[in-house]
Amino acid sequence: MAKSENELTWKDIEIGAAVIEPGSAAAYRTGDWRSQRPTYDFSRCLKCGICFVFCPEGCIRQNQKGFFEANPYYCKGCGICAYECPTRVIVMREEEEK
Amino acid sequence: MKGKRHGIEVSIALADAVKLCDADVIAAYPITPQTHIVEHLAELVAEGELDAEYIPVESEHSALSACLGSAAAGARTFTATAGQGLELMHEVLYVASGMRLPIVMAVANRALSAPLSVWGDHSDAMAVRDTGWIQIFTENGQEVVDQIICAFKIAEHHKVLLPVMVHLDGFNLSHVIEPIEMPDQQDVCSFAPHNRSPLTLHPNHPVAMGDFAPPVVFTEAKWAQEQAMLSVKPTIIEVWDEFARKFGRPYKPVECYKCDGAKNLLFTMGSFSETAMTAVDKLRQAGVDIGLVRLRLWRPFPFEEFRAAVKDAETLLVLDRCISSGGPGGPVASELKSALYNLDKKPKVVSFVGGLGGRDITVAGFEKIIVDGLELAEKGQERIFEIVGVRE
Ligand code: SF4
Ligand code: SF4
Repeated sequence: MAKSENELTWKDIEIGAAVIEPGSAAAYRTGDWRSQRPTYDFSRCLKCGICFVFCPEGCIRQNQKGFFEANPYYCKGCGICAYECPTRVIVMREEEEK
Repeated sequence: MKGKRHGIEVSIALADAVKLCDADVIAAYPITPQTHIVEHLAELVAEGELDAEYIPVESEHSALSACLGSAAAGARTFTATAGQGLELMHEVLYVASGMRLPIVMAVANRALSAPLSVWGDHSDAMAVRDTGWIQIFTENGQEVVDQIICAFKIAEHHKVLLPVMVHLDGFNLSHVIEPIEMPDQQDVCSFAPHNRSPLTLHPNHPVAMGDFAPPVVFTEAKWAQEQAMLSVKPTIIEVWDEFARKFGRPYKPVECYKCDGAKNLLFTMGSFSETAMTAVDKLRQAGVDIGLVRLRLWRPFPFEEFRAAVKDAETLLVLDRCISSGGPGGPVASELKSALYNLDKKPKVVSFVGGLGGRDITVAGFEKIIVDGLELAEKGQERIFEIVGVRE
């Protein structure tokens, strides 16, 4: 898309809200109803990838340092990664909290 | 006026009009009082008189769903229904308008159960008034034929691309035999040629239609659709004017009958309007100050034309053939009230509900509505609406 979804005005909508470009649901922000988000203390991280395996959204990727981290664009805040992490790296915090 | 008029059942004439428009796909489920329309279309297709796909389906929900696919592929698509059938289509009605598919549907208006009734009123039409379809009401068989032809041209117009419902009163219109002038095939072809939507399904130009819209774009999508709906009235008027030039029969969004100088106006939609005209004639002769406003275009609602028609009136008597249960009584009356609300000078509105489930309102019935209505306007209406002819 030339514009991101939250820049689209009603005039940019195709007739019948059709999608005329190829693409996938990857363009959809699915993380906008999250009330909690995962926060990390990577000093305890084993880089085991268990969180990556269990995330039902498939939104966890390895960052440049090799740690596994959620992409907030898609993360729904379900807390499964935090529950599964064997070393309690991940703590779920309220979205409003710093 | 050209051509010869001959006696024909309105449903059959309607089906013949669909044939004149050379529809490509008809998907429909027969339901009283619409049955004769699709039966005749099925015959026309079976006998090779109409080169179209006739899709027999197992319900109205499927009928309109099949129409979605065919219209999305760019085929000229027709269906017809009534009453409960229209309600069974309800969710698909939103899909058709949201996807901007130019489907044409005839609705032989019928009451909604329970108690079971196959007879006519406007409950079905009113229940779907917010579904994003253009809605046109007809008064007689000739108008049914003419409006079906106009509906294809309107729906497929590049400035419109919205589905259109043509309403005809169940039985009162669908089953009567009237003298009707069928337009010439060549004239219809040149007036309403197939107009392909700029956005249709095609393997060479893949598009995805009816997609998922998360909260971040749904409002924009709906507003785009609403802007389309709000801007179609000039095109509808243009099509009607062109029809008048070609076929000699003019149509307007709001039509006035003996309104000039009238302080009191009666408001009707559909086939009752013709009976109401006779009542207005009689009362006028008896010296009663009364005119008649008939609405042809229900969606989009022609606010300017309506306000202009009633601007000098002191009293507006409105007949609804539907009850908005537990609400304002007549849905049309409440809509008219809201159309007038912001005006400084506005007529008093007296709301009547009658003609439900096939109950006839005769000329004498309309005379009584007018006389009672003027009295109520004078002394003030206590109830939200008056029910016509109910046995106490
Ligand atoms: S909170 Fe849920 S959605 Fe977000 S990263 Fe963890 S497992 Fe995935
Ligand atoms: S599950 Fe915990 S320890 Fe394993 S990679 Fe994820 S955050 Fe690190």
